[in-house]
Amino acid sequence: MFETRTTSFLGPGKVPEGYLIWPLVGLLFVLNWSVMALAADPIEIGVGYLRRATVKPTLSLVEQPAADDGIAGARLAIDDNNTTGKFLNQHFTLHEMRLKQADDPVKAVTALADQNIAFVVTDLPAEALIKAADAVRDRGVVLFNAGATDDRLREEDCRANVIHVAPTRSMLADALAQYLVWKQWKRWLMVVGSHDEDKLFADALRRSAARFGAKIVQERVFEDTGGARRTDSGVTLIQRQMPVFTQQAPAYDILVAADESEVFASYLPYRTWDPRPVAGSAGLVPKSWDAAQDQWGAVQMQNRFLKLNSRHMTALDMQAWTAVRMIGEAASRVNSPDRKAVFDFIKGPDFSVAAFKGQRLTVRPWNLQLRQPIFLADGRMVVSVSPQEGFLHQVSELDTLGIDQPETRCKLH
Amino acid sequence: MWRSCLLFGIVFWLAGVLPSYSFVAYVSNEKGNTVSVIDTDKWAVIKTIKVGQRPRGIEFTGDGKFVLVAVGDDDTIQMIDTSTQEVADTLPSGPDPELFVQDKAGKVLYVANENDNTVTLIDLERRARMGDIQVGVEPEGMAISPDGKMLINTSETTNMAHFIDTETRQIVANVLVDSRPRFAAFKGDGSELWVSSEIGGTVSVIDPAKHVVTTKITFEIPGLRQEAIQPVGISITADDKTAFVALGPANRVAVVDVASHKVIKYLLVGQRVWHMAFTPDQKYLLVTNGISNDVSVIDVAALKVIKTIQVGELPWGITIAKQ
Repeated sequence: MFETRTTSFLGPGKVPEGYLIWPLVGLLFVLNWSVMALAADPIEIGVGYLRRATVKPTLSLVEQPAADDGIAGARLAIDDNNTTGKFLNQHFTLHEMRLKQADDPVKAVTALADQNIAFVVTDLPAEALIKAADAVRDRGVVLFNAGATDDRLREEDCRANVIHVAPTRSMLADALAQYLVWKQWKRWLMVVGSHDEDKLFADALRRSAARFGAKIVQERVFEDTGGARRTDSGVTLIQRQMPVFTQQAPAYDILVAADESEVFASYLPYRTWDPRPVAGSAGLVPKSWDAAQDQWGAVQMQNRFLKLNSRHMTALDMQAWTAVRMIGEAASRVNSPDRKAVFDFIKGPDFSVAAFKGQRLTVRPWNLQLRQPIFLADGRMVVSVSPQEGFLHQVSELDTLGIDQPETRCKLH
Repeated sequence: MWRSCLLFGIVFWLAGVLPSYSFVAYVSNEKGNTVSVIDTDKWAVIKTIKVGQRPRGIEFTGDGKFVLVAVGDDDTIQMIDTSTQEVADTLPSGPDPELFVQDKAGKVLYVANENDNTVTLIDLERRARMGDIQVGVEPEGMAISPDGKMLINTSETTNMAHFIDTETRQIVANVLVDSRPRFAAFKGDGSELWVSSEIGGTVSVIDPAKHVVTTKITFEIPGLRQEAIQPVGISITADDKTAFVALGPANRVAVVDVASHKVIKYLLVGQRVWHMAFTPDQKYLLVTNGISNDVSVIDVAALKVIKTIQVGELPWGITIAKQ
């Protein structure tokens, strides 16, 4: 039922069978015995990767996710962990599982737990993630949520065995709102899609507007009436449709679109009735990573990723990379593969991970969400990085993004 | 009155007669693709040299004839002839060189190559590549022990200081430090190795014989969030008494008492302070401020910032020698 694959980098499995074996054996004899003893049995640390099999279609062809979106980042992190691991005698392997629509996440995560895998990176929708987390909670398996941005997973539906690497919708919305307020674009015309996740993003944007002093002058709903995303004469029609849709709006500075379902937002830039910029799900987009991000040593990361995967690195790739690096980082600090020691360290006050975002990333102890700066990108360049200057906080400025401790509804137990 | 005039006269006369120890500082400007040359008598930029793309690590050669500058985006190290102050030649570094160090004899150059997890060895006389040493992910900081026997390389994502025997060119020890180790410096007597961790926010003090972290220096600046404290460049005075640590976006240089490992003072400099170098007489310390595009001059005895010099765009590294 599942498509299962195990990949191991830098491992002996890379040598083609029967080939090179004899010279290798000869070489081994020459090697110092103590070195060999050290290299002989590294401590194996398995990392599971559970993901949905389908990728959703995007309006823009260039934004269409690759088949290995996310997992490619995890693979690079396994590589990075193993380069470090060779000095610590630790070896990481990735165990991938793809879930088709009808597949049961409980069975999949149980199968990974049966292979004695303690850490599982997930790119699953909220409901599947909760099911998977609850199924393996008593077996000491920790999930690293790399794919779901739902706030409820960190709030009323939080789980003590799930660490959230993906930012929340409220973090993304706050990051955008801080910049728009700084830019003095405080009057927003909001257009919301008709699907559930569009409404959730709109909720987060409304909260951010109220929090940082922006005003939503009007809201409009863009109904998804179905139809193909790509047609041969698409542009002509859209060019007539979008100006009409956005006309007769009250005075506004920027159009903010909530369209996670990829139905209309990317059609808006340059087509609004009034000449106004677009942000949210198109135009200026808040995200955890962008292929154009080149600050804070990120060029090295982008180059490493490009070399391994022959494509640019997406936000999901970065979230998966960070999840696997968190496991590697903690395992190197506690110098042990012990699941409890690693998990406790990640939750503890001494943990931090570097992810090319200009500062250390730490975990919010009250709901296990990774604190992180958010990039605002226009598709070609990184325009800004939030938190913006001047948004202060008594604990960490990163906590000006998203639902903060005093407002949390999460009870970890 | 006439006395002070006379005194003044004598001072002027002395200044004219005594041999002048003027120094020259070369500053790499990461974004400007230039190197600014500063005359430390005038405290002014006397020349701007066009170099390759993204100049960062910069050092005088032992004989003072060249200034080497790593131009990462051109995948090479350029040699600036100090007599003409022009780029004269290039060295075959690996891809994306950032920091490097020379052995005492000035024969071998060790270069950290961020893109392929190696340290590259270059024969300085033949100007040819001698080999590579595999290290951790994103090698960066480079240092050589005062006795020349041990080469240190720090790797930013692996978070280690690798101890490499310069004779055998093998890694003999790996010491785990805090996140993103950027720079390594030995105490003059070789008894301690200091490694700065940019993201971790600490300086690890390592016993180079036992290969263990003996203490960690931490920094606290009232009113400044902890994440903004990002230690990078380190310079220790020749008498091993005082150390200076650049704290990046904290816009300050920490002054550390070497014996007690305690911070005694924070000096406010420019924005995103990065690397630093002493004048050869150790009277002044020059630090590069990336975002404010200037260099701050610190009076080492007085522990005060006495001057700011405008240089090129995004100053990164600095090296100083006699003119």
